[in-house]
Amino acid sequence: MLDAGTDGYVTEDGRKIGGVLMEMKNITLRFGGVEAIKDISFDIREGEIRAIIGPNGAGKSSMLNVISGFYVPQEGEVWFRGQRRPQMKPFQVAAQGIARTFQNIALFEGMSVLDNIMTGRLTQMKSGLAAQTVWLGKAQREEVANRARVERVIDFLEIQHIRKTPVARLPYGLKKRVELARALAAEPMLLLLDEPMAGMNVEEKEDMSRFILDVNDEFGTTIALIEHDMGVVMDLSDRVVVMDYGKKIGDGTPDEVRNNQDVIDAYLGVSHD
Amino acid sequence: MPDQLLFAMEVTLNGLMAGVLYALVALGFVLIFKASGIFNYAQGVMALFAALTLVGIMDGQVPFAHLINAIFGTDVHHFGWNVPAILAIALTLGVMVLLAILVERLVLRHLVNQPDIILFMATIGLAYFMEGFGDIMWGSDIKKLDVGLPQGISETVESATDAIFGYGFFIDRLDMVATVIAALLVIGLTLFSQYTKQGRALRAVADDHQAALSVGISLRFIWVLVWSIAGFVALVAGMMWGAKSGVQFSLSLIALKALPVLMLGGFTSIPGAIVGGLIIGVGEKLFEFTIGPMVGGATENWFAYVLALAFLVFRPQGLFGDRIIERV
Repeated sequence: MLDAGTDGYVTEDGRKIGGVLMEMKNITLRFGGVEAIKDISFDIREGEIRAIIGPNGAGKSSMLNVISGFYVPQEGEVWFRGQRRPQMKPFQVAAQGIARTFQNIALFEGMSVLDNIMTGRLTQMKSGLAAQTVWLGKAQREEVANRARVERVIDFLEIQHIRKTPVARLPYGLKKRVELARALAAEPMLLLLDEPMAGMNVEEKEDMSRFILDVNDEFGTTIALIEHDMGVVMDLSDRVVVMDYGKKIGDGTPDEVRNNQDVIDAYLGVSHD
Repeated sequence: MPDQLLFAMEVTLNGLMAGVLYALVALGFVLIFKASGIFNYAQGVMALFAALTLVGIMDGQVPFAHLINAIFGTDVHHFGWNVPAILAIALTLGVMVLLAILVERLVLRHLVNQPDIILFMATIGLAYFMEGFGDIMWGSDIKKLDVGLPQGISETVESATDAIFGYGFFIDRLDMVATVIAALLVIGLTLFSQYTKQGRALRAVADDHQAALSVGISLRFIWVLVWSIAGFVALVAGMMWGAKSGVQFSLSLIALKALPVLMLGGFTSIPGAIVGGLIIGVGEKLFEFTIGPMVGGATENWFAYVLALAFLVFRPQGLFGDRIIERV
């Protein structure tokens, strides 16, 4: 096991990883009689790219939903920035600085790309209703600042050419990118990506990998992602949690995980008895 | 100009004015439908309830007077004061916001993730409940609503048209006021939904609940907000209709006229509600004027519905509604 220590560590490519940003302690999540997550603990550190992998039905998406507040675990504690998080609604979690994308894309189909990304700024807008309606003072400065951030994200993800296009018209790969843009617009401390490469061709996957690395590098955003494609995960992430049947079976650097016998068994299939 | 043509022009103008009132009711439907996908059957009753409350407050009526008298054997009915119209409108608006909060807390919150038809049924229940509640609270007698809006024939228009055409148009001043207010309302709502944070959040919620949550929007807040705005629109509509024909329980039936308006204009479009209302208003009046005498009159009762039926066959999404596309 890689011992991260309390002050962080330095990655192979020389990036400095900070202290613990989020910590999951003994999380258990049940749906009726089914235990989707069984007593799992792990942490996410500032500035790292953390992956959660595992075969189908391992409980990865459930874990992401716990982090983003969509599911409430029956047992266990969620710690964020050194404080225990009380039970929260998803919109409160979002306001805390945790943004996410969805496995099957949840965009506002009727709005343009630009409007979609602007909704990512909602948590950052503070000016009053009246000021916004008449476009005055603080509201105007705010909107300008918001647009600046949004433009930067649009530029960064190379989607300038579709900014006015209604989202419903976009192909799948671009929709995924717009969803990432909306999450980034919120300037999140922690970015959750639910299978960002699912259903993409090789070229799109390479693009997305590059974007994820660049986001982490340029905005310093901490990223936790779920992915099916083992190859992609191993290239991208600093540390990996492996889940199988709701249990954690491995946690460490990609190399450590790759050589973990339990992980190999889970992926290649060994009879569970 | 021949008299027939002038008369037709007058009829058209009056139809436009009547259409504005239909549009006002339809507007409330569109707002809630856009933001939550619910067809709010109770919108007409909300207009009635708002008008009842407004009159009740202005006249200093004791709420639940009949109930109190029946239980305690007393004979209270009025506080003996009159509240100025502006203050009464503000208070009624407060009541409508309170109503929105209660609807969210007691109804919507418990029906999250239910199919739309369930929510629709819930609004039918809400409609009947509010009708009964309004009755208990303010009594069922027909009331006169006078918030100081101008009434009666507009002499300015009459003399102006008389000077130009040699034929004075009869236009109700109340209808003119209603037109101006409706225009202001539409401009205000458009500004709100396009340029404010809450408006953007509202459009987001209408589109995708899950995605809205993930960008930090509170569904409950938005629902209360939408129902409050719908309550406000209901108040305006109730005020106009009440001033025109008295506050009575048949007011809730004007909601039915909003249905063809929505089918014409599209359930999801604010301009659609306005244009739909105008088309129905003018169509109704002109049809009565031209075809009415041939079929024995009273065409205003059914013309709107037949028109809506024709639209359902040829353009089910209405003039301005979102195209219905389903990916299979």
